[in-house]
Amino acid sequence: MTLLFACIFVPDFSVEAAVRAEPEIRALRQKPVAVLDGSPPLQTVMGLNDRARALGVELGMTKLQAEVCPAMVLRKRSVAQEGAAHAAMLDCANAFSPRAESTASDTVIVDVAGLEHLFGPAAKIARELARHVADVGMEANVAIASNPDCAMHAARGFAGVTVIPPRKEAERLGELPVDVLRPPVHLLETLDRWGVRNLRGLAALPPLAVSERLGQSGLRLQRLARGEEQRTLVPAAEHFRFEESIELEDAVELLEPLSFLLNRLIEQVCARLNARALATNELRLTLELEGHEDVQLHGSTKRIANERPLHERVLKLPVPMQNAKTFLKLLQLDLQQVPPGAPVKRVTLAAEPVRPKVAQEGLFAVASPEPERLELTLARLRNVVGDATGARVGSPQLLDTHRPDAFRMVHFMPPPRGEGAPLMHCAAMPLLAARRIFRPAIPAQVRLREGIPSAVIFREKNAQVVTASGPWRTCGDWWRVEAWSRDEWELTLECDQQVALYRVFRDVKTNHWFVDASYD
Amino acid sequence: MQSALLRSQIEAALSHRYPSALTVRERSTPEALPTGVAVIDGMTGIGGLPRGALTEICGAASSGRTSVLLSLLAKATGREVCALVDAGDTFDPQSAALAGVKMSCLLWVRCTGSPHSTVRSTQDRNQPRKKRADLSIVEQALNATDLLLQSGGFGLIMVDMGDVSPQMARRVPLTSWFRFRRAVENTPTTLVILEQEPFANSCASLVLRLEGIGTEWARANTAPAHTNLLRTLTVQAKASRVQIGTVRKLAPAQTFSAHASWVAD
Repeated sequence: MTLLFACIFVPDFSVEAAVRAEPEIRALRQKPVAVLDGSPPLQTVMGLNDRARALGVELGMTKLQAEVCPAMVLRKRSVAQEGAAHAAMLDCANAFSPRAESTASDTVIVDVAGLEHLFGPAAKIARELARHVADVGMEANVAIASNPDCAMHAARGFAGVTVIPPRKEAERLGELPVDVLRPPVHLLETLDRWGVRNLRGLAALPPLAVSERLGQSGLRLQRLARGEEQRTLVPAAEHFRFEESIELEDAVELLEPLSFLLNRLIEQVCARLNARALATNELRLTLELEGHEDVQLHGSTKRIANERPLHERVLKLPVPMQNAKTFLKLLQLDLQQVPPGAPVKRVTLAAEPVRPKVAQEGLFAVASPEPERLELTLARLRNVVGDATGARVGSPQLLDTHRPDAFRMVHFMPPPRGEGAPLMHCAAMPLLAARRIFRPAIPAQVRLREGIPSAVIFREKNAQVVTASGPWRTCGDWWRVEAWSRDEWELTLECDQQVALYRVFRDVKTNHWFVDASYD
Repeated sequence: MQSALLRSQIEAALSHRYPSALTVRERSTPEALPTGVAVIDGMTGIGGLPRGALTEICGAASSGRTSVLLSLLAKATGREVCALVDAGDTFDPQSAALAGVKMSCLLWVRCTGSPHSTVRSTQDRNQPRKKRADLSIVEQALNATDLLLQSGGFGLIMVDMGDVSPQMARRVPLTSWFRFRRAVENTPTTLVILEQEPFANSCASLVLRLEGIGTEWARANTAPAHTNLLRTLTVQAKASRVQIGTVRKLAPAQTFSAHASWVAD
């Protein structure tokens, strides 16, 4: 089988990493952008795009010098963003083959031998790779050649997609300048003095003479220039960390502009998950807030060691999902419920990768809500009823106690389609007299006659007792602070010519009466 | 003969926009969701509450509304996913468990706030929208029902407004009921509203009125009082409106009993 390697190279990597997470990425690509490194006031330009170069900006310039250029956009270097961008490149490569090498921060080489049967000819593979990289927000050069180094130099030297056929390496690489090989400075100066400007010139030198004058490193450079250097690819270890972040120059105060940033991050994360054919069942949003002493912080906000407060939200999803729109809406609704307590300086979104759930639905399975849609509906319902704790929307679950009205709410997650009960009629059960619970119990005044209630005043109404049944004492949890003890009565009350059946109790500890339920 | 020709020509001309524009569409009898109460299933004429339609169950306190609600939920949750929008937050999970409701298939939406706060009037609606938490329980219930209907996939959606006063429920605009009727049409969902009086008018396909007509005690008026146990709650049911497909006939009032849990055991 013919060896074939593809190289993904992102020119101006630091700039691409800085702008890929921003919502106005397309507009930024049309502007001169420079990335600054260092701490103020000693910030210098460490990366810039072609438009910035055209304006005369150079690497190593100070911030003040760069700012002189009109319409210049300056961004602060973020190691986290560069790491995420590199991880995204690896994800794209892994979508094609697991043999992907992390050659440099801006370069990834992937073994594509044998993929012609899956993706078509080499040119098509290269185009698909470039499209995948574009999906995660970067513009890359992609080159395919018969050895990794040749592919790498072609990607660094030629813009767009390049395919170098076998035995044409020297011919195609010949026109590239020598510095594509990134040789040591002293070798570059030597070659420059010899008048060797491009790889064709370097390749044409007699090997023996090169060896005598430049040593083994010179010979290696010549083999690289001829595209003859062979080496073994070192695949990167699998890492599944899907995290994207953006640091803001100016803090965002409103949820609406924050949504634009979130949308961009979610799209990036989803594209990366998609590249690996994965989904997520947990989203973790971390908002780094502007630290002011006078800022009133909400409950879920905590401070970290460097005194910059964090606002963390975790969305747990019942089923693995990969839909960016659903994620955005869920996060928006969640932030509306629990907003950050201060302007946001940095946004980080991480997704827990899991395999997407694939299930074939039964032809006769009973319809139930689609999981993604249901999750969105639940979030909206929580928003409608003002439920920030999950105690008002969900499924009730009874607790193992005799305490009246003891239950807890759990996340509503219906059994998957086809796994529920079969389509058959339930066994006939007698109709039970149900209770309606008043939460909280209604305070009442009870008049007793011979120890039995004769009249009850509640909700500003005076009701006469028609039938009384009781008392039954129930008590429990006596060893805890929330101990309860009460005498319950079932009373038929008549008020305004209406008769109804209620459960009334006397709190033994306080000797107060309450109406807590009605039979209906 | 000529009119038939004309009619077919008009229908043919409009067929790309309105298929069978001049043909009266025959209403088919919808599927039914059994309530588990034989008396009520018999009264509807189709063996239960109609799917794809709005049903109102009305009655005062202790009229057996909640017992019917739990019986319906017990039947429905055994085979499909159900939702309960609880305007007054009065649902009792213990009663539901005894009645056989499968909790994992039940979505319970508990509205927050006072049942005595008011629905926004027309003038209020022109004012800027209030914060969600400030919505009245009726508004919350209506919004939640809207969301559940749009979501789809629920076999039964119950809106319990049994503790909402008639004065307050009457302020719900008729357009809301029309919207619900339109949203539930042609879906397998049964939409049931539990309230003290019917308010949906023509939007409801079925209106059931329940009335408590008595209680039976184990040892009535005997001492000591704790030996006097509730046995049954007797309820009279009457259909005041039936517009289910081709079924229009109102059945006579009938009675049924809801038993105390110890009697059922």
